[in-house]
Amino acid sequence: MSINWKAGGLLLGLVFFLAVLLVKPIGVSTQFVILDGIIADTVNPGLVTQTEEGVTSTNAYLAKSGGKYAKAVADPLNYSFVFVLAMALGGLASAKLRGGIPQGDRSIPALWRANFGDSTAKRYAAAFLGGFIVLYGARLAGGCTSGHMMSGMMQTAVSGYIFAAGAFAAAIPVSMIMFKQEA
Amino acid sequence: MTTILLAIVIGAAFGAVLDRVGASNPTYIGKMLNLTNVNLAKSILLAIGTGSVLMFGGQMAGIVDVGHMSVKTAYAGVFIGGLMLGAGWAIAGYCPGTGVVAAASGRKDALFFIAGGLLGAAAYMATYPAWKASGLLDKIAGGKVTLGTVPGAEYEGLTAMPGDLMGIVLGLCFIALAFALPERLVPQKAAPQPAE
Repeated sequence: MSINWKAGGLLLGLVFFLAVLLVKPIGVSTQFVILDGIIADTVNPGLVTQTEEGVTSTNAYLAKSGGKYAKAVADPLNYSFVFVLAMALGGLASAKLRGGIPQGDRSIPALWRANFGDSTAKRYAAAFLGGFIVLYGARLAGGCTSGHMMSGMMQTAVSGYIFAAGAFAAAIPVSMIMFKQEA
Repeated sequence: MTTILLAIVIGAAFGAVLDRVGASNPTYIGKMLNLTNVNLAKSILLAIGTGSVLMFGGQMAGIVDVGHMSVKTAYAGVFIGGLMLGAGWAIAGYCPGTGVVAAASGRKDALFFIAGGLLGAAAYMATYPAWKASGLLDKIAGGKVTLGTVPGAEYEGLTAMPGDLMGIVLGLCFIALAFALPERLVPQKAAPQPAE
C-alpha cells in the first residue's frame, strides 16, 4: 500500500533536502540524454571525443556548456547517472516489499482501463507517445518534474515556477479531457 | 567513490519514496491531474515546503553549504517545454523519474514510456541547434535567478529581499497549502439518472 500524503510528503522532502545537503539538487531527465549518448557513441564511436581542452562531441547539444554532457557520456560512472540507476533499484525493492504491482495493473493502470479499455497496444502506444513528448519537453525546458519543479521551487528558482506553470497549464486540461471516467 | 556511494543511497531512497507515495502509479497521477483526488499534489507541496524550510534554515544555521544550490536558467523554452512535459505526463501518467521507478517495479507500459523518452531526448539533441537559433533559449528575467537574494549564493535575486528568509516563508506557505487543499477539487459526479 502507499503511505498517507503527510508521511509521503515529509519523506519526499527529506530526500530532496538530504540531496542538497550532501551533494546537489535532484534531477533526472538529463540522464536520458546521457544514455542516448552512450548508445549512440557505441554505434558511432566518433560521437564523443577527447581533446586537449576536455571531452567534446560532434553533437552540438552534447558539446554545449564546455562538453559537460559529453564528459558524462564518456564516463557514465558519475553521480547523476548512478543516481538514476539507484532510483530503479530503490523503486523495485520498495514495490517488492509491499507485495509488488498487482498483475492487472502491470500493463494497463486502473484509470486508463476505466476510460480506454483492455487494449494493451493502445496503452503502450500512449505511453510511448507520452514518453516522447515528456522527454522532448524536459530537454527543451532544461529539466523535469524533479529538477525544475521540485528542486527548483524548493530553491525559490524563478525557472522552477515558470516550468511548473507550464506543466500544470497543459497537464490538467489534457487529463480532464482524457480521463472522464473515474476508477 | 564517496559520491558514487551517495548516489546509490540517495537515489535508492528517492526511488523507494516515489513508489510509496504513489507517484509512479499512473492512476494516482491521473487522479491528481484530473483533480478528482489531489493527495499526491498535497504530498508534493509538503515535500517542496519541507525541503525549502530545511535547506534555507540549514543555510542560516551554517549547516548547509550555499554552494550546493543549483539554479537553472529561466528562458521562454522553459515554459514551452513545461507545456509539452505536462501534456505527456497527463497522457502517459509518467514523468522521467517516475517512469524509471515504475518500469523497475514491474510496470510494462513504463518500458514503452522510457523507449519513447529516449527517442524524444534524441530528437531534441538533433533539433537543439534550431531552438538555439530561434532565441527561445535566451535567458529572461536575469536567467539563473532566485526570487530573493540568497546570502553567499552565486545567483542573483529577482528582488533584493533576503532570499533565505523568503525561502523559509515560501516553504511554510507550501506546507500550509498542502494542508488547506481539499482532497477533491471537482464536484462528485451525480449518480446516473434513469432514462426518461
